[in-house]
Amino acid sequence: MNGLLIKNALIVNPKGKYKGAGDILVRGGVIARIAPSIESNGETVIDASGLTALPGLVDMHCHLREPGFEYKETIATGTRAAARGGFTTVACMPNTDPPADTPSVITFIRKKAAEEGAVRVLPVGCITREQKGKELAEMGALRAAGAVALSDDGMPVADSHVMHMALRYARSFGILLISHCEDPGLVNGGVMNEGYWSTLLGLKPITRAAEEVMVARETLLAQALDTRVHIAHVSTEGACAVIRSAKARGVKVTAETCPHYFSATDAFVDGFDTNAKVNPPLRTDADVAAVKAALKDGTLDCIATDHAPHHIDQKAVEFDVAANGISGFETAFSLAYTNLVKTGVLTLDQLVTRMACNPAAVLGIDGGVLMEGGRADIVLVNENENYAIDASGFVSKGKNSPFDGTEVTGRVVHTIAGGRLAVEAGRVVI
Amino acid sequence: MALERKDLLGLRDVSAREIEEILDAAKTLRGILEQNTKKTPHLQGTSIVTLFYENSTRTRMSFELASKYMSAASANISSAVSSVAKGETLIDTGRTLDRMGTDLIVIRHPMSGAPHLLAKHVRASVINAGDGMNEHPTQALLDMFTMREHKGGLRGLTVAIVGDVAHSRVARSNIWGLRTMGAEVRVCGPSTLIPDEMEKLGVHVTASVEEAVEGVDVVMGLRLQLERQQAGLLPSLYEYANFFAIDERVLRLAKKDALIMHPGPLNRGVEITSAAADEERSVINEQVTGGVAVRMALLYLLTRRKYERAAD
Repeated sequence: MNGLLIKNALIVNPKGKYKGAGDILVRGGVIARIAPSIESNGETVIDASGLTALPGLVDMHCHLREPGFEYKETIATGTRAAARGGFTTVACMPNTDPPADTPSVITFIRKKAAEEGAVRVLPVGCITREQKGKELAEMGALRAAGAVALSDDGMPVADSHVMHMALRYARSFGILLISHCEDPGLVNGGVMNEGYWSTLLGLKPITRAAEEVMVARETLLAQALDTRVHIAHVSTEGACAVIRSAKARGVKVTAETCPHYFSATDAFVDGFDTNAKVNPPLRTDADVAAVKAALKDGTLDCIATDHAPHHIDQKAVEFDVAANGISGFETAFSLAYTNLVKTGVLTLDQLVTRMACNPAAVLGIDGGVLMEGGRADIVLVNENENYAIDASGFVSKGKNSPFDGTEVTGRVVHTIAGGRLAVEAGRVVI
Repeated sequence: MALERKDLLGLRDVSAREIEEILDAAKTLRGILEQNTKKTPHLQGTSIVTLFYENSTRTRMSFELASKYMSAASANISSAVSSVAKGETLIDTGRTLDRMGTDLIVIRHPMSGAPHLLAKHVRASVINAGDGMNEHPTQALLDMFTMREHKGGLRGLTVAIVGDVAHSRVARSNIWGLRTMGAEVRVCGPSTLIPDEMEKLGVHVTASVEEAVEGVDVVMGLRLQLERQQAGLLPSLYEYANFFAIDERVLRLAKKDALIMHPGPLNRGVEITSAAADEERSVINEQVTGGVAVRMALLYLLTRRKYERAAD
């Protein structure tokens, strides 16, 4: 293998030394050199004229569905979809079957990813056994097996005492807990955000408070224990305010949101579109504005996809019983570029910080930077390309997207993951 | 005479002209109910299926009788459990009915939006006979039919809807229909039974029943389900009745000739007192007759549609 040479890219690299126009030489899975001009020496040359090179995106929250739900997604298909979306590292949530509450499941995922994956996969383990919110999972063993963090994602840890002990116990191992914040009592069987649209459509509402009270709880527990906690998929104005105030008090809280929380509102549910059913639910214009503001001021550190692929059979049903989730890998960058960078909320540099640098930092992993000797995780995007999202063309098995047909700007062109060309001209090539 | 639409899923997207057409047709067809021989050939050769996933007495009976009076071939499927629990999807059930040559499916379903899902996947026309908390368009049409019979028209009327608005598909359909027809709507109920941002639907939310009923042309009660108390939305039916029941004292505040309406079945002594339900201004029983007429009109207008049937 002679390596890859990326020529004439505009390098956007918030945490790296080298920025601006330049070439990147990749050899043996690492970046060998970054310089204004590098002569080719038998490498495969990628002409990146007109393209922007970014550190490979890091998704700290996705669902690869394997083991147990291979009909929805596999590690093979999910990581290819991730690569097509510009992600070179993904952290997959443990709500598989069996759930990742034992070292053997973590080991299985890592092995499978090494054999069949297109990008780096970092499994997240469970906080509690079977995600039941009762007994703690073997956090030490999960950590030792390679779990990058722990979460009961999909299921909140409803019992405050259990969460208190989980945060306290996790502190012993320095392992990060990611909290899916949703008070089940307040959700009370709801299926969409409470507001004008739930009233109009007669769908059972979920108050924003369901998310906000648990965000408040986690920040207070983290403060009392002087330990870290990460809040998953923040969707409301109130949750942003709670996190902002906690950060101002010095609480060690970090938080993520997802592209759909700044790109869509509960109006998308009109027509009972089950592709717009997601948990937490799509909110209102005011929440979208608040999420954008919180991304801008750093209250929200990261953008994660919460990629949640589903089979058509779980979506082609009545709204009440349809599965929650959006297939998000292949639209994340374009939605973020369109709704954050094009609109002036963030610079591209800031977007890369939230989609690559910060997730890597929160997870405590390498990546999120282009540097000599560092991982050759690179994504090349065309900032000027406009196109319409076509869910039927997703590489993911999950075609469930409320953004099908949406016009966006900014497209992932090539992805190099661990030194391998995984996506070329928008097509998966491994 | 036909509606230029395949389905009737709700009144949200039905125009004033269409509502007028339906109500006019119902007025004509109501004559059939007064004949000695209640049989006409209007729907001869047409097949109609009622697909009910929820219990119903009057809605179902009135659709069935409407079909029979007009000579349709009709069949009924009733299932206490949802299609999901039954193990067959709603879409598959719909396709099966399509293949049996069904022209029109009347569906009632406990989940909002189920008729919309069905309609998207069948060639047959679909009438929503009540979906979750979303809409019950034929009920609202029969309510408007009854109002129009008594008041001559709907424009300018003020209608108070009192009770469990949050869970009421009857309320939502009436709000859409009455607003389209130029009536004013007030709603009232305990705060736990009034949904968020209700005013944005173009209604006035009042704090008390007295305020809601003051000077109105129509007072409409809604059925209160006992399970609302069990779900913690109300302390007791007794307290509800004390503060929100439609009774003679409250009715004195309405116009002298105000109509008293209720979609039924009645919880006497809870949302409406017997004295109020049975007084001379009450048109509750007449609503039922209007219900058959309105459903006859809809079955006729939809099966006569000039709608181009999409290929399978």
